[in-house]
Amino acid sequence: MNALMREWQRFTPAERIGRWAAYFIIVLALIWALRGIEIIPEFLADAPEQMLDLLARMWPPHLGHYHPAVHEALVETLHIASLGTLFSFIFAVPLALMAARNICPYAWLNTLAQLALVTSRSVNSLVWALIFVAIFGPGAAAGTFAIAFRSIGFVGKLLAEALEEISPGPQEALRATGAPDSHVILKGVWPQISPAFWGVALFRWDINIRESAVLGLVGAGGIGVVLDDAINFFQWDRVATILLAILGIVILAEILVTKLRARLI
Amino acid sequence: MTVSGLRLRAFPPNWGARTAFVALAVYAAYAFAQLDITAGRLAVGMGEAGRFLGRMWPPNFTRWELLLEGLLESLQIAVIASALGILLALPLGLMAARNLAPWPLALVTRGFIAFCRSLHYVIVAILFVKAIGFGALAGVAALTIASMGFIAKLFAEAIEEISMKQVEAIRATGAGLGAVLIYGVLPQVASRFVGFSLYQLDSNLRNSTLVGIVGAGGIGGTLFAAFKRFDYDFVAAILLAIIALIFVAEVISSRIRALLR
Repeated sequence: MNALMREWQRFTPAERIGRWAAYFIIVLALIWALRGIEIIPEFLADAPEQMLDLLARMWPPHLGHYHPAVHEALVETLHIASLGTLFSFIFAVPLALMAARNICPYAWLNTLAQLALVTSRSVNSLVWALIFVAIFGPGAAAGTFAIAFRSIGFVGKLLAEALEEISPGPQEALRATGAPDSHVILKGVWPQISPAFWGVALFRWDINIRESAVLGLVGAGGIGVVLDDAINFFQWDRVATILLAILGIVILAEILVTKLRARLI
Repeated sequence: MTVSGLRLRAFPPNWGARTAFVALAVYAAYAFAQLDITAGRLAVGMGEAGRFLGRMWPPNFTRWELLLEGLLESLQIAVIASALGILLALPLGLMAARNLAPWPLALVTRGFIAFCRSLHYVIVAILFVKAIGFGALAGVAALTIASMGFIAKLFAEAIEEISMKQVEAIRATGAGLGAVLIYGVLPQVASRFVGFSLYQLDSNLRNSTLVGIVGAGGIGGTLFAAFKRFDYDFVAAILLAIIALIFVAEVISSRIRALLR
């Protein structure tokens, strides 16, 4: 009788302690952050009123500002994003081939390539933009390089992962016919990763469109420069126009990428 | 019967792909011309890069107190923004799931989520800085909006993939909406939700080191100021510290993810 009345529990005692410890750490981190952060109470109380004021100044957007300055900046942003994405592949493809353990047999080269990819990913595109503005001076060149250098790590990592998952069969078959390495890559490896390749390229291009819109804030060209100027001059109806333009291009890019991906993959 | 007249090819040429590659090459040449990137400029840039790297070395850690203060503020921004974003994403994700919410509600919520996601967090940060003043509060607000949009979208997609059998079973017992959500829906998506939240905490940490560039608190402000003062050895120190912080966070979150699996 007693056996039937046994109480069932979902977790073992160790699991329960672990869960409580996790909750405790989360709460502790939150309390630490809330106590440490410097928030001025007047600003917080004032925030809703100020937000409404800002929105009222932005409305209605002055669409007359769109042509020609905003339009030209928007086209420049598109060029920065597209060219940066293309440019990143020049470095990302060799690095991915070097990082994939089944393609490149040298362990030291794998590690070196992985290190290069991690470095590229750890530095944000805005920071890359600051660096390239210091090197090339303000302008679209700095933006293009910033986008490219940030993308290398992302594209390279995903390509290397795709490469490591391919089946070795076709490569071995080609090697058995005496084909040189370049043929093995082109006909044994490439057909297996080309869907992943185009998918990664489109995905990164979509991200880069969003990112290149803000590079102008540090002087690296594109629509961010126009946005920064408009904000500094308090031309809020112009700011609204620019934000609408960015929103439009981002949504268009996302639709285009979704359509293309459905056709390619 | 011979096939000598026919050229047999093992691999027929893929004209679609070839045209695409040529088109991309032509576009690249056109865009280079449009953006005025020339070989001469690149050569000058290479020289400048050498000088720049020379001035960055060795990294200057003498003002480590300023550096530590900035890093801690970034960490605090990331923690608060993640917590707020996760809390807000929970109801939004439920409202956006088309298999649970009535369609007009799902449509409106989806529109709102898409709007939150389409503006870059730095732009949102600028607007908050203008509206509520300089400081960490603007950074927290901007990153909260971004986290909310990201988690709510993935959470809604996860809910749309759940099995409806359990939901129907709970409904059949006469349970109310709250009980259906707690016993029918959430157990199916809880582990994925934790995964999204962890990922977002990780990316908030990266982003919080950056919002300072537009005055929204954290180490980014220190970094931008050092750049403006051409204080490149301090820039190198800050960059190294940021990379180390992100690297440590990535290691910790991958450990936790392995533990959860």
